[in-house]
Amino acid sequence: MKKLVNRPEDFVREMLEGMEKAHGDLIGVNYEPRYIYRKEMPQGKVAVISGGGSGHEPMHGGFVGIGMLDAACPGEVFTSPTPDQMYEAGKKVHAGGGVLFIVKNYSGDVMNFEMATEMLNMEGIPTINVLVDDDVAVKDSLYTQGRRGTGTTVLMEKIVGAAAEWGKYDLKRLADLARKVNVNGRSMGMALTPCTVPTAGKPTFELGEDEMEIGIGIHGEPGRYREPLATADEITERLALAIIEDGPYTRTVKEWDLDAGGWKEFELTDPPFQPGDHVIAMVNSMGGTPVSELYVVYRKLHEICEKKGLTIVRNLIGAYITSLEMQGVMITLLKVDDEILEMWDKPVKTPALRWGM
Amino acid sequence: MSTITREHIVQWLENVAQVLAENKEYLTELDAAIGDADHGINMDRGFTKVMERLDGVRDKDIGTILRTTGMALLSSVGGAGGPLYGSLFMKAGMAVTGKHELTPEELGKLLRAAVQGVIDRGKAQLGDKTMVDALLPAVEAYEKTLQEGGDLCTALTRMVAAAEKGMKDTIPLVAKKGRASYLGERSAGHQDPGATSSYLILKALKETVCG
Repeated sequence: MKKLVNRPEDFVREMLEGMEKAHGDLIGVNYEPRYIYRKEMPQGKVAVISGGGSGHEPMHGGFVGIGMLDAACPGEVFTSPTPDQMYEAGKKVHAGGGVLFIVKNYSGDVMNFEMATEMLNMEGIPTINVLVDDDVAVKDSLYTQGRRGTGTTVLMEKIVGAAAEWGKYDLKRLADLARKVNVNGRSMGMALTPCTVPTAGKPTFELGEDEMEIGIGIHGEPGRYREPLATADEITERLALAIIEDGPYTRTVKEWDLDAGGWKEFELTDPPFQPGDHVIAMVNSMGGTPVSELYVVYRKLHEICEKKGLTIVRNLIGAYITSLEMQGVMITLLKVDDEILEMWDKPVKTPALRWGM
Repeated sequence: MSTITREHIVQWLENVAQVLAENKEYLTELDAAIGDADHGINMDRGFTKVMERLDGVRDKDIGTILRTTGMALLSSVGGAGGPLYGSLFMKAGMAVTGKHELTPEELGKLLRAAVQGVIDRGKAQLGDKTMVDALLPAVEAYEKTLQEGGDLCTALTRMVAAAEKGMKDTIPLVAKKGRASYLGERSAGHQDPGATSSYLILKALKETVCG
């Protein structure tokens, strides 16, 4: 596998140095420990922070700026960041409103963010961790870590970021909105090729010329099903129907309870989609799939949604949450109400997502 | 041999760093089969950081040395391995605060606290195809040998044998925690990388103390 790298172990740091040079008007980068932060933080605003392994760019660092994230903590490629990164980032951008962590449901991310949540709350900075677990490819969640956090993360960061910036939500109300986005969003992805982590130098799995992986995550891990390659329409239908026809999904989440000053566990249930629902649709490249193919997928997705009685009121098409150079696509549908749509439409100015300003 | 000295502990950590460096690719290959192909790389990076920090604490008590090891892992490993191995060494250190040498019973308390730290953080149970599958039977074998009147090196030898069996027993298991769990039945037939690194760490302890 050919890559534009110098020394593989310098890859993440050199990417951050490039981002800092390119977007220094909006963001700064701290290197020890690593986090990307917004330069001018409005007083009193809740700080919205996310993070995760590198290799998913532009998520999360590309979404730091005005009306989205206030800080992002990048780990090594496909490896969760460490608690000291989130702790220091939280202290840096806390502006009196507390901190909301947006955490994708992977065991490493969950544990590292939980430790950072404990540390910041002990420091007197009110912090709540909200989970994203939207990947319908995971069926038997009782026997796994549960559904993974995938495409809905991007939409949540935009919507929650806008509510913190323009809606002036306080921390608890912001966490309520984040939870609402999570239970109304569903995703599923597939891969045509694996990807190669620079420090590993070998593909994360093998896939034949005439094979595809359905139900992948975003870390180059193999999917749920390996199958003969199908047409764009067949693949789109497979992903879209798995999302639209998914039943209610219930799991127990663990969040920091500000009032009790400790952890609480409670159940959350995703309601299934219903005819008449309005949705935001994201057709996302896993990194190596060109925009032209994404439109071929969107064409079919639009047709399927119409047939199922869903109205796509907004869309986002491009590479927003990726797995390095993997070829493949992920579809996300998020059911919206007036509040979610209003926040989606608010201005945003980040390196990777910008409208209205 | 009936005491574990501070020098043993320092030597153990140095041996672990060497063993993990030697097994970096092996652990990463195991992880590529059912995870995300970074476990060997992450553990090697973590123990490289431990070696940097060790110089500042090598003349301190065993508790401080192990807690420093845990903090170094927590801030450098990332993934699930960071909080899990970080908790393992921090809890191990907290169990022997202030001590410069350990009796076999005190080492038993250290090992028990270490595995409990991993269970509390990761919520894995025996049979979930995780580190716990190597660690828990190992600690139980160590404790049982001492209770039956066995000496330190017999207990450590049985501990390593139990860890090795636990590690190999993960091969047919279907993962229920971590990224491997998403593979469902496809995770069966592969040895768990976390159980493997745990085995290597325990084996290094036995070899450091008893040869």
